[in-house]
Amino acid sequence: MEAEDEASPLEAADETTDRASDDAPDGNVSKRLRSILESLLFAAGDPVPLGKLAQVLPGYERRDIVRTLNELGEEYAREERGFRLQQVAGGYQLRTTRANAEFVKVLLAQRPVRLTRAALETLAVVAYRQPVTRPEIEAIRGVDVDAVLTTLSERRLVRVLGRKDVVGRPLLYGTTPEFLETFGLKDLASLPTLEELGASADALERAAAELSAAAAPPSPEEDAVPPSGTREEAES
Amino acid sequence: MNPRFQLDIFEGPLDLLLHLIKKNEVDVHDIPIALITDQYLAYLGLFEQLNLDLAGEYLVMAATLMQIKSRMLLPAVEGEPEEDEDPRSELVQQLEEYQRFRAAAGQLADRDVLDRDVFRRSPEEPDSETRELPRLRELELADLVDALREVLKRLPQDNPHEILGERIPIADRIPVILERLREGDVEFASLFDERSSRRELVSTFLALLELVKIRAVRALQLERFGPILLTLAVPRDAVVSLDFKDDYKG
Repeated sequence: MEAEDEASPLEAADETTDRASDDAPDGNVSKRLRSILESLLFAAGDPVPLGKLAQVLPGYERRDIVRTLNELGEEYAREERGFRLQQVAGGYQLRTTRANAEFVKVLLAQRPVRLTRAALETLAVVAYRQPVTRPEIEAIRGVDVDAVLTTLSERRLVRVLGRKDVVGRPLLYGTTPEFLETFGLKDLASLPTLEELGASADALERAAAELSAAAAPPSPEEDAVPPSGTREEAES
Repeated sequence: MNPRFQLDIFEGPLDLLLHLIKKNEVDVHDIPIALITDQYLAYLGLFEQLNLDLAGEYLVMAATLMQIKSRMLLPAVEGEPEEDEDPRSELVQQLEEYQRFRAAAGQLADRDVLDRDVFRRSPEEPDSETRELPRLRELELADLVDALREVLKRLPQDNPHEILGERIPIADRIPVILERLREGDVEFASLFDERSSRRELVSTFLALLELVKIRAVRALQLERFGPILLTLAVPRDAVVSLDFKDDYKG
């Protein structure tokens, strides 16, 4: 019933795939695979692991699937399409473009996702120190984290991994695949290391001190952007 | 200064201390402890005036600061001059560690957060599975103990071949149960092979109790005294994606 709405964007998409497949060695195969993958990712919604895609597509080489996925992702970004193909939580997923968030929000009429500082700090400790016990988190944050851990568990961002083999056998917490999906992380290794974060935090403090010493503080937000993106691949 | 505005920003005593350190433009590694302690206590006084429920951690930190301050004032003890380390060093370490995680939290917040900045198709409702299975009732641990009694009743009364002394650690049973649940929901009784020894059955049961307790597994029942269904409490598709994680190594 939505076919009419989708007619024009689909035509536009065909044009771009035609153009892109011209320079591919095996244009038709590549175009076909691209189309199938697009359907699979659209239908799945969830991140689809490469192994699952390969299983569904026994007639295609795994490396061709990877190459085509990369091409699709590049195409979406280049053509400024409404969604992006991203590697998330060990799989590939289509997600809407950030720039369109305000409209999607209205359409879905959902209440905004709120992540408090307490939640984010606790999540950060769990993400970097897992498996970690509640007292260990509290030692780092300097506050009680009982309530926030419950909230994070209910939101499935953290989970109990087991018990630590010490007196009292405290529960050990870790992050979930939903955590990776929520923050658009391919895996835990794609988080920046704490050392890097410490270094950039130090640099920020120094920069902020110099700026305030110069008595002409411009908007700190612009300086606060960490040099991300440069190390995504270096880690894995 | 508008402390009233700042109040809900502080995430605890360490956060407040870092704020004071930054405000005074001093070095974390060389904190002017008397100055910072005074300002810290002034903030606590303000919290009190505003009738804020002061978390105990703030008071503990106040005591720590005052202790460090007094130790700094003491003249170096003769005889063990180099033995004394800087009384501030432990606090500095704590602050630096907290600072790193605060930066990590900020980095997380800056990412494209799902359902805030980016959206996926048909987001899963958090309570969708309970709605799909509306008539199922979640079992208490006590119900499971009753169910185990039934299983044990079915065992042959005397088992002359049972060998004592063979211990089956619960930790070994947990992955076995999870593996079976990963393939699909399992009926409670089918977890217990009647040819197994009583010891084995009990071990499996204790492993199951642990899994239910840590909420990795849910026990559901359609009707009272009906069969008990065990199901993974973690989403199955999430488990699948874990299984395929190795695919990314190549």
